[in-house]
Amino acid sequence: MRQRILIALSLIAALLLARNLYVILLQLPDDKLQKAVFRIIFFHVPDAWTAFLCFFAAMVASILYLTTKHLRYDAFAVAATEVGLAFGVANLVTGMIWGHRIWGTAWAWDARLTSMLIGCLLYAGYLMLRHAIEDPTERAKNSAVLSIIAFADVPIIFFSIKWWRQMQHPTPVVWGGGSMSPEYWRMLFLNWIPVLLLAAVFLAIRMRQEVEQRELEALRRRAHAL
Amino acid sequence: MSFFRQALTVAAKDLRSELRTKEALNSSVAFALVILLLFGFAFEPTEEQTRQIAGGLLWLVFAFAGALILNRSFARELANDCLDALVAAPLSGAALFLGKALANFVLLLAVELISLPVFGVFYDVNWTRQLGPLMLVVLLATWGLTVVGTLFSALTVNLRLRELMLPMLVYPVMVPALLAAIQLTSPLVMGAPLDAGLLLWLRLLTAFDIIFTALTLVLVETLLVR
Amino acid sequence: MKAVEAAGIWKFYGDFPALREVSFGVQAGSCLALLGRNGAGKTTLWSILAGLSRPGRGLARILGGDPRDQRTRARVGVLGHGVGVYDELSALENLEVFGRLYRLPGARRRALAWLERTGLERVRDARVREFSRGMRQRLALARAFLHEPALLLLDEPFTSLDDRAVALLQSLVREAITAGRTVVLSTHQLPEALELATHVALLVRGRLAYAGKRDSEMLRDPGWLYRQYGEA
Repeated sequence: MRQRILIALSLIAALLLARNLYVILLQLPDDKLQKAVFRIIFFHVPDAWTAFLCFFAAMVASILYLTTKHLRYDAFAVAATEVGLAFGVANLVTGMIWGHRIWGTAWAWDARLTSMLIGCLLYAGYLMLRHAIEDPTERAKNSAVLSIIAFADVPIIFFSIKWWRQMQHPTPVVWGGGSMSPEYWRMLFLNWIPVLLLAAVFLAIRMRQEVEQRELEALRRRAHAL
Repeated sequence: MSFFRQALTVAAKDLRSELRTKEALNSSVAFALVILLLFGFAFEPTEEQTRQIAGGLLWLVFAFAGALILNRSFARELANDCLDALVAAPLSGAALFLGKALANFVLLLAVELISLPVFGVFYDVNWTRQLGPLMLVVLLATWGLTVVGTLFSALTVNLRLRELMLPMLVYPVMVPALLAAIQLTSPLVMGAPLDAGLLLWLRLLTAFDIIFTALTLVLVETLLVR
Repeated sequence: MKAVEAAGIWKFYGDFPALREVSFGVQAGSCLALLGRNGAGKTTLWSILAGLSRPGRGLARILGGDPRDQRTRARVGVLGHGVGVYDELSALENLEVFGRLYRLPGARRRALAWLERTGLERVRDARVREFSRGMRQRLALARAFLHEPALLLLDEPFTSLDDRAVALLQSLVREAITAGRTVVLSTHQLPEALELATHVALLVRGRLAYAGKRDSEMLRDPGWLYRQYGEA
């Protein structure tokens, strides 16, 4: 049953993506100010929104784990963090591709990209911490605390980097600011749907894998004890 | 009030213990001075360049040297299972944490107050011209780094690669505080008064301190009980 | 009211149960010897009772209260595998620190008295780092008994004690029991421990296999319990 739902969601996502790609590549006119490569924004921005949502969900799951001690929430937290990190990296890569085309340089310390980079470092740290702790209950507890601290820091990081760049470059870097046509805005939200669906599918798969991994570990321990 | 008395007992114990061996303090001061020397040697900054990089240099030095102190903080409790004896004692995790944070604060401050005159000599800077505001920034930023760093010391205390994991995990979290400290310190250390545009960073630093002091005091109990 | 009550305690490492459905009670004024092989769960149970970890399921009640409650912890003395004293501080400083953390009035006076009791008054200002192993253990005993706790939780306290420390520990435990206090000590069936015990409990792979009075049969043949209850 669960398998069927996941396959159905993946198919819907694939169909939506195909349809969107057709519109993006063939139907939408070029943006007035940017070049054709600007179309990458339809993946670049939803990736960021998805990553942010995943990190938020991970924080909520972490709080729920700490209050209820059900390891299911821990499995959700790590799955959400990994998926969020994947989309965060996708956001960085698409941003760098676009930056290279438009500015000639892959990395220009754009405020949003820089914040995302630090966010990715934070959550890569979360995964490193998990790898370093063997006991599953300690792992769940300690990474839950880290997840909460990380997400509390995310808005502070975002604003501090934004103000830092504003002070250095008072004129805003044109990067998908409010000057987009309404068709672009619509496609932006429209493309978020398949991205979110994919994220949900990946999350579900990863969560199941985490739960099974834990069961295996427990069985192994039991076998050793005998 | 016994909360604060117990916190002070822990702080005094940590400080007395550290001052007897001076392990962390010596290595931290030595590290800070060596980086300051090497940097001056490697880049030979002119006065104008020093004006631009002073804040960044100083706070990177403090952050790196600080990691040595923070690492020792909870690690010193591992010998003889003293951490168990402390957690079993009738003091709250928050009191234990606060005591350690206070001790770390004093030690890190000592490293900074030793480094500043050395910086003044190597880089030919009269750093005392805005002493009052500079000290305010140093106190606020040091508390921010200390409170977050002490929590991560507790988080990583049982890990094998603790000395590596603690810096890797904590530096991304510290970015907003470091950024604010750097923006404020550069002008102040070169004798320029704070202009109104920089007050934003002072507010950010204060907000960071308040948010993370509260968050860490709440979360530390979870980390200490298995 | 029982001094220690465990009701259906489970402790998990991930999905693996280190303690399963452990339920028992310890009357005030008795001395319980907790037996079990390595890995049976003695230290895990000890840390739950000492307030160092929380049970995954079930309830532990210490002196009528939650083990994590500060008021409860103030009346419990704890000794684990490590001695729990600071190498860089002197014997006296160590006891003063813990005296203050336990909110004892006249902490210094109490510390000096216990240094005498444990035969460490001559080295009271020497750093623990210079102590012999036996001296450290005696200081650890002073730390655990300093606040005259109503309940003592000792995890394998006889392990590698020198004869002077063994004698001291035995006299402290006997004194405590006579005064109506309670002692729970986990042990590897050492005769010294079984001698002191009034009751015995055996943990086998996380389960409580036996709990009852300590009889002379056990004293004569400590391995009997293990053979009887499934551990060959």
